[in-house]
Amino acid sequence: MLEIFTTLATWLTYDLMGLSPQTKLGTSIHFFIEDTTKILFLLVVMIYAIALARASLNLERVRAYIQQKNRMVGYFFGSGFGAITPFCSCSSIPLFLGFTSAGIPLGITMAFLFTSPIINEVAVIMLWSLLGWKFTLAYIVVGMAVGIIGGMVLDAIKGERWLKDFAAKAYQKAAAQAESHPGELEVPEPSKLTFKDRHQFAKDELKEIVGRIWKWVLIGVGLGAALHGFVPDGWFAANLGSGQWWSVPAAVVAGLPLYSNATGVIPVMESLIVKGLPVGTTLAFCMSTVAASFPEFIMLKQVMTFRLLAIIFVILLTNFMVVGWVINAIGPWLFAGL
Amino acid sequence: MKTFEVLGTGCRKCVATAESIERVAREMDREVIVVKVTDPATIMEYQVMSTPAVAVDGKVVHSGSIPGHDKIAGWMND
Repeated sequence: MLEIFTTLATWLTYDLMGLSPQTKLGTSIHFFIEDTTKILFLLVVMIYAIALARASLNLERVRAYIQQKNRMVGYFFGSGFGAITPFCSCSSIPLFLGFTSAGIPLGITMAFLFTSPIINEVAVIMLWSLLGWKFTLAYIVVGMAVGIIGGMVLDAIKGERWLKDFAAKAYQKAAAQAESHPGELEVPEPSKLTFKDRHQFAKDELKEIVGRIWKWVLIGVGLGAALHGFVPDGWFAANLGSGQWWSVPAAVVAGLPLYSNATGVIPVMESLIVKGLPVGTTLAFCMSTVAASFPEFIMLKQVMTFRLLAIIFVILLTNFMVVGWVINAIGPWLFAGL
Repeated sequence: MKTFEVLGTGCRKCVATAESIERVAREMDREVIVVKVTDPATIMEYQVMSTPAVAVDGKVVHSGSIPGHDKIAGWMND
């Protein structure tokens, strides 16, 4: 069904523009046209469909739900909800404070905040169409692992000691209250939405998300296309060595100063992998670009002491590296399908 | 005279929300006070989890997105 985009690209690039599939320019442009049209089409359809379903999800219910679970389950749900809830990073602080003042442990809140930029429906759609289901599954598992493990470590070292005063006080107050009055937390009623409401919500979401990311898609696919056409296959394997241990930390460090939406980085990931960069290294690079972002850290500085921020930073980086090494080790299985 | 508080830590959407409210007020020829609340501790007191959010005379009426024209007009008339 999606071959229509390949056909469109072939027609435009080789027939209409007269480029040759033998040339680098030809392959790059073909890749660019095929992927931008395919991705934009998929995005519009899927974002609308998912938003329709997601219209009744609200943060107050998520929070109440998480509050009632035991800690281990809490990490999983924190990360899971982070995966399916989109938000703009300017909401990180209100969300963080909302969770914290309800007594939700720091680690669970952070599991949510760590996983959120990594996994979102746009990323999943793009990964599936570019790299197949196995890789998409690995990405999701990795994204949640980063959140869950990061959260667990934070709680293990009692990271809440290093929250800023006002946040720490709110947390302690709520935690104390939960202990003295267990089982009194109420789950807000699910809102009753008509189809018209859902359609309106989905339309707004669609406009907002596509409006925000279409540029990233073009840039990401553009970069991916350039890599595709102009970097010889297997270049990375030949020059950076396949899976040498230092390629992973190097990739993480390279990703740090870069900031991109997950959308922009995924086409680049595809090209990197096809050109021979090991899967784990590529993933480490991608996570580092997307999940460790300066704008987000600046936001969090308002509620965390510098020490806590530094700790989180180190936890994240270590996470990415471990993930990179592990995936490099199991890489061959992931690739059986590509 | 109504007081509109726009809750948000200062990103583009919060600025747009404040401007929207002022614009609607001008269109409807109403005098209102529009205040931008950016301090996280204060926003926490309002128990709002996603910004931008709007409070009219101290009561939260909206959160999570830039409110539409008709919604703002509705608040002016309440």
